[in-house]
Amino acid sequence: MATPKTDELTGVATTGHEWDGLTELNNPLPRWWLYTLYACIAFGFVYAFFVPPFPGVEGIIPTTRAVLAEQVAAAREDQAVFLNGIESSDVAQIRGDGELFAFATAGGAATFAENCAPCHGAGGAGAPGYPSLADDVWLWGGTLEDIHTTIGHGIRNDDPDSRFSEMLAFGRDGILNGGQIGDVANYVLSLTGKAEDPEAAARGQEIFAENCVACHGENAGGEQSLGGPALNDAIWLYGSTLADIRAQVTNPRHGVMPAWNGRLDEATIKMLTVYVSTLGGYKE
Amino acid sequence: MTDVYADQETQSRKEQSLYASRVKVYPKKIWGQIRKLKWATLVVLLGIYYIAPWLRWDRGPNAPDQAFLIDMPHRRAYFLWLEIWPQEVYFLVGLLLLGALGMFFVTSLFGRIWCGYTCPQTVWTDLFMWVERLIEGDRAQRIRLDKSGFSLGKLWRKSAKHTAWVVIAILTGGAWIMYFNDAQTVVPQILNGTAGIKVYGFLALFSGTTYLLAGWAREQVCIYMCPWPRFQSAMYDEDTLAVTYRDWRGEQRGKHKKGDSWEGRGDCIDCRACVAVCPMGIDIRDGMQLECIGCGLCIDACNQIMDRVDLPRGLIGYDSQRNQDLQATGKPLRFHFIRPRTIVYATIFAVICGIMAWGLLTRTTVEVNVLHDRNPVFVTLADGSIRNGYTIRVLNKTRDEKVYKLSFDGLAYATMSVVGQENSSADNIARLTAAPNSVATYHVFLTVPPELEVDEAHAFDFVLTDRDTGAVAHHETVLRGP
Repeated sequence: MATPKTDELTGVATTGHEWDGLTELNNPLPRWWLYTLYACIAFGFVYAFFVPPFPGVEGIIPTTRAVLAEQVAAAREDQAVFLNGIESSDVAQIRGDGELFAFATAGGAATFAENCAPCHGAGGAGAPGYPSLADDVWLWGGTLEDIHTTIGHGIRNDDPDSRFSEMLAFGRDGILNGGQIGDVANYVLSLTGKAEDPEAAARGQEIFAENCVACHGENAGGEQSLGGPALNDAIWLYGSTLADIRAQVTNPRHGVMPAWNGRLDEATIKMLTVYVSTLGGYKE
Repeated sequence: MTDVYADQETQSRKEQSLYASRVKVYPKKIWGQIRKLKWATLVVLLGIYYIAPWLRWDRGPNAPDQAFLIDMPHRRAYFLWLEIWPQEVYFLVGLLLLGALGMFFVTSLFGRIWCGYTCPQTVWTDLFMWVERLIEGDRAQRIRLDKSGFSLGKLWRKSAKHTAWVVIAILTGGAWIMYFNDAQTVVPQILNGTAGIKVYGFLALFSGTTYLLAGWAREQVCIYMCPWPRFQSAMYDEDTLAVTYRDWRGEQRGKHKKGDSWEGRGDCIDCRACVAVCPMGIDIRDGMQLECIGCGLCIDACNQIMDRVDLPRGLIGYDSQRNQDLQATGKPLRFHFIRPRTIVYATIFAVICGIMAWGLLTRTTVEVNVLHDRNPVFVTLADGSIRNGYTIRVLNKTRDEKVYKLSFDGLAYATMSVVGQENSSADNIARLTAAPNSVATYHVFLTVPPELEVDEAHAFDFVLTDRDTGAVAHHETVLRGP
């Protein structure tokens, strides 16, 4: 039962409640403390009047929204100098100019994270089926001009200038039978010293010469103009096991990349080109 | 049942208000050993505070010449020969730790001498009280003045006091501004009205709080606002010296007339001199209490009275609980300054001092930070080589443009290339340019041939060398492979 009591030790009244033998002193708050609380509440209303916290309403003192809009406008203005420079230069000139290079790399990185990273991975790390942009191998070429074209027109899409290549479905369409596919897959693996069956690889060499060289090149070194990947290196888009290669020969998969012309403006595509060229695969 | 509760609620409300008005304290003027010490401390501390921003220190061209300056817009702090970058904020952390530990150490030895002598709240309150006493007179006169009705004299005294307080407050707030702006530039600007909204805003803030806290709030700051009194008792033990009323000697207290016998009574004559001088408005004879800031003015007051009644001084003095008990039973005094508590505080203090001194002595004008790429962690190249990418930040703390030499140590057969400098020579030494007093960022690739089995993580160092001075900065990082 709550009855007001006085604490014997301190002479201060308690709240009257008792919790398992504990009582609470009822020391009064300083009155100025109460007035400070009221003053803070009053200040809240005054502040809300001068700096309205509601969107769409501007007060006498600029809100952080207004300040942000101002700062964004100012930043746009500062960027305009660089953007003009980027618009009036070609990609090689941008890459050679210290200031423009730094600006384009930063701008390209932001655009890349928004538009490209979902498939190519952050930093262009790539994933099975999605080419890495950080290694030194390019399906369609790694010069600035090549990269610029690929970004602008994309791969296997409706753009008339789109990059296009298609591997025949050797298995599905019955061009090669299962044994021949195994042989040619073994041959391909033998190029990097990983053949599982040397005899099959030897048999596969002839099949390769007849069916594959046209696109994948002599010695399987690749044919960039046709988008034919090299098969004699350590980079594999769809996997490097015998089963992976058999699967690709039997029923090839083809990736698609949209054309970014029209989706992004030309300056942004130039910046993207510069950024991609810094990821590690840049060819002179 | 509810009615009973409601009745009792009303009852208790009637008995005690939830809020109490402040009881104004009128400390009486006192002169003695401790007051002298407090004046000396006040003069020294305020002297340092007001004079320090005016000291100059030549750092050459393009650098501020103020000895103590925190330059927020340019992210630099200057302390005499030191120039601290934001990256070195650990020096500030070290200083704060030293401050905290120093206070723990001193408190465990001598109680609240920080509160009583050196706390800014105490120092400025002392100064404001001195001004108040000059204008309004001592305790009795001030009480009388406050009780009196309106008069021209009262109006004059009150406005003179507040004007003087405001002037001191503005000087105080102004001095604070000078630690963040060049004093010789900002003072004329403040005076001719061109200093800008930020300077005036902060000037108003610091002047306003000085006036409010030292003029009006005073002991309320220590009792209600400051967290330190609430936990400083954790540093106390029975050997800590604190301002103490020696009740074994003073009790039974009672009025004493000249010629009366001292037999069968205590030495305290209940003159309340100790209460009258207390800036916190408490009675030290009630024992140790939260409100006592340990300023010791009651010691001076009591000693004067003891001299007058021909009793030995020291009825109130700095004393420990242990000595209280010993003296009460007639045993000799014992002082324990070396205790586990003080040893621990002093040791940690010394260790942090050592670490900071080591940090300052080995501080260089060049620093290199290395960030290993996470996306991708490593890249396999066509020939099976493994390549890792690194973001390298070069901190040039000098006032000249520098070309540094970047190399690496602890990684055989690797080749290095810098993005944007692909054409430069492949001797595995890169030349990185950094503008004066700034940070330059580069992206660097390291490639190891396929024959080399890369462990999951191979540790090595990037080494940055200042070609002019030979200063070297290292940063350890790793090379990762499949």
